[in-house]
Amino acid sequence: MPTFYGTQVDSRLMLGTAQYPSPAVLEQAFRRSGAGIATVSLRRESAGEGAGESFWGLIRDLGLPVLPNTAGCHTVREAVTTAQMAREMFGTDWIKLEVVGHPDTLQPDPFGLVEAARILSDDGFKVFPYTTEDGVLAGRLLDAGCEVLMPWGAPIGTGLGLNNVYGLRTLRAQFPDVPLVIDAGLGMPSHAAMAMELGYDAILLNTAVAKAGDPAAMAEGFARALEAGRLGYEADPMEPRDMAAPSTPVIGMAFLE
Amino acid sequence: MTYTVLGAGVMGLAVAAELTARGATVQLCDPHERPGPHACSWWAGGMLAPDCESETAEEPVTRLGREAADWWQARGVGVERRGSLVVTPGRDRAELDRFARRTAHHSSLDAEAIDALEPGLERRFSRALHFADEAHIDPRAALATLRDGLAAAGVPRVGMSGDGPVIDCRGLAAREALSDLRGVRGEMVVLRAPDVHLTRPIRLLHPRHPLYIVPRGDGVYMLGATQIESDSRAPATARSVMELLSTAYALHPAFGEAALLEIGADARPAFPDNLPRIRQRGATTHVNGLFRHGFLLAPAMARMTADWLLDGTRPEVMDDEDHRQRRTA
Repeated sequence: MPTFYGTQVDSRLMLGTAQYPSPAVLEQAFRRSGAGIATVSLRRESAGEGAGESFWGLIRDLGLPVLPNTAGCHTVREAVTTAQMAREMFGTDWIKLEVVGHPDTLQPDPFGLVEAARILSDDGFKVFPYTTEDGVLAGRLLDAGCEVLMPWGAPIGTGLGLNNVYGLRTLRAQFPDVPLVIDAGLGMPSHAAMAMELGYDAILLNTAVAKAGDPAAMAEGFARALEAGRLGYEADPMEPRDMAAPSTPVIGMAFLE
Repeated sequence: MTYTVLGAGVMGLAVAAELTARGATVQLCDPHERPGPHACSWWAGGMLAPDCESETAEEPVTRLGREAADWWQARGVGVERRGSLVVTPGRDRAELDRFARRTAHHSSLDAEAIDALEPGLERRFSRALHFADEAHIDPRAALATLRDGLAAAGVPRVGMSGDGPVIDCRGLAAREALSDLRGVRGEMVVLRAPDVHLTRPIRLLHPRHPLYIVPRGDGVYMLGATQIESDSRAPATARSVMELLSTAYALHPAFGEAALLEIGADARPAFPDNLPRIRQRGATTHVNGLFRHGFLLAPAMARMTADWLLDGTRPEVMDDEDHRQRRTA
């Protein structure tokens, strides 16, 4: 099981807490997903004077480590401020860092991301950066103090799966010892299985579960896919090949008729 | 025996009206003389749209919500039975398919049929879902009608409850007695757009900023509503208002010329499953948690409350202990 900043978690799934039909459905989805970490996004409206207390109470009742994020932040300053508010509110120095670079695609702003990661790492935060599969950017984030990388599968909320399998495979090969988490863009359990088969340590989901007709069932579907994909990865799979190779030898076979 | 109804928002007024209509003696306890911005129902949209709500709401909301239009009409409230339309920008077509899959009692309209039904959309959409059985009301007029009806029936407003049974309909104000009640913040805008001519509620599906528009007559429209996990009743944020307005502008550019009449924000009372509850605590009956379905569910909740108090029929939405207490027990 993966270890993030020295903390071992007992699941390869991080599950988001936004967009569910109700907190009750959210809770059922978490139970069936077996998620090891709950991610929460902080909106300013919820931060003042305990205004979001009852919802946070429900999240706390899940009994999971909480990973707050800076979703929706477009500038370094906004992200840093949100991270500081989140640290105070949730009592954790973990922060999933999002610096949005484009309002339509919500793709990470690589320059702002590195800058914010450095500021937050220097301030004692344990930063989980939402990034692309770019290997050079990954290196800069590690230099900035990150010990985990969270490359996208596809843009947030699209459900397109792993858009650049080659890039993600290269990133895995380039940083074999850094915990890598596929964050964003997954839609179906098969996408999660594939992330595991590529050797990724974990995935982060939200929309795919929250917006499914039956979120709890989808959560369990992902949980099983993660297990299947990871088993496949650990079992040292065969290499694909062009030529058919019979599983039973033909030469010397007895002709019974 | 006199029943004291605490809180004169939509739920309190509906319970008082239902009990009075069945011959019970009722008094209303609320610090305010008239319905107004102190109650979150003041900020409601007034859609009676049980089928559209079934996209995300649990089954009882749809079933119980079907009682609403007739109930309001019987109380003298003007009910517009013009159905509702659900549309989506071209690139979000898949949203409309999903909405159609998860709801019922709708028909699919092409551009021609949309134009025939709602010419004010000016052929801006090539596909829509039509929920013909749905209706809408003006929520503030509905609150006033109930209040006036109670006054005419001699229901007094009192400062304190008496010795008799109490029906607590105070919404979020009752949360110290209901530990699993939470606030879900909503923000809305009322504007006057004389160049827009819509006659029924329109929902615009959008993955980030869904919007509904409810016509209030005379070129006045209500735009709603955000849904944020927060008890805050602070003024609406610029971001929320920008999102509502820019989505309305996408629906019809003439909204760009509208006059902003009101920007409102409040917190809706909700239980963890977003379903309403009737909960008996000693002599107090709590009727609460109507979430975003105040005008849709108040009639059925009022009926069940009266059935319980007058006939002893246990309501299907009754539970005995709250969610968090049960878990920690």
